[in-house]
Amino acid sequence: MRIGVVTFPGSLDDQDALRAVRLVGAEAVPLWHGDEDLRGVDAVILPGGFSYGDYLRCGAIARFAPVMGALVPAAQGGLPVLGICNGFQVLCESHLLPGALIRNDHRKFVCRDQVLRVENAATAWTSDYEQGQEITVVLKNGEGSYVADERTLDALEAEGRVAFRYVGQNPNGSYRDIAGITNERGNVVGLMPHPEHAVEEGYGPSVDGLGFFTSVLAQVVRA
Amino acid sequence: MGNVVVDVMLKPEILDPQGQAVAGALPRLGIDQFIDVRQGKRFVLTVDGEVTDEVLAAARRAAETLLSNPVIEDVVSVRAEQDVEAVRAEQDVEAVRAEQDAAAAESAR
Repeated sequence: MRIGVVTFPGSLDDQDALRAVRLVGAEAVPLWHGDEDLRGVDAVILPGGFSYGDYLRCGAIARFAPVMGALVPAAQGGLPVLGICNGFQVLCESHLLPGALIRNDHRKFVCRDQVLRVENAATAWTSDYEQGQEITVVLKNGEGSYVADERTLDALEAEGRVAFRYVGQNPNGSYRDIAGITNERGNVVGLMPHPEHAVEEGYGPSVDGLGFFTSVLAQVVRA
Repeated sequence: MGNVVVDVMLKPEILDPQGQAVAGALPRLGIDQFIDVRQGKRFVLTVDGEVTDEVLAAARRAAETLLSNPVIEDVVSVRAEQDVEAVRAEQDVEAVRAEQDAAAAESAR
């Protein structure tokens, strides 16, 4: 089982994502933004950070990186892909997921422990959670407000594609408290909070983030 | 050398926290007649040569693919810079005329 993590110029959480992958017993494969090659991995994580300095729009320039030329068709073909924070922004800019992330409504950077409710426990990245389970992971972003038009939001709700919702106070103005979503097939998941920062006792608020990585492991082993 | 000017704005229904920050700061300068501020982006694309229809078409493609995100933004204009300047010059002429008219009306009284 090999899980790739893409490093863009400005990625910050790629090492933590690679570490989380190793912790669940999978092989962590570093991928490079400039390579048009996924090195035969079974799943890909787009990590957090500020790719290309967040210039233009968050994730907008990363979307056109050579590695995305290989990743987009692979994701459309069913490859499990997880976008965390900046990775979520890249997935939206790539149109692999609908909607967009804009500046937090209160205009301040947020960094805190955040409770999320798992709204869809049937995706490639959430199957080890219970439907409705509450987990605590780290949230840290300046542009994490999820927006989409009403029709898209209604469709996401109707199709069960809201994967995670913020519990308690909405931290950034995201419409309908949406923290993360999935595509129709359930192989592509994006969320603003950081599960990879909640995988080891003593570091982070919990080990609730492990489920993402064990879920995809089980999914790939089954497939 | 020619320039193409591309203007991009957040869609009206999308919250603009940066514009709101600016709107909040204006009254502190004693400028209190503006009830809202929206902040946009301007791109100036330079070509080595004339701005032809082909260049404008390429600029439009750039505007729609990379320079804007259609989910949250509108491309409000893609124009050759000389056109932008022509519009500005025309506005200036109009403004001068209006001033002259006002002055004439004043002296006639």
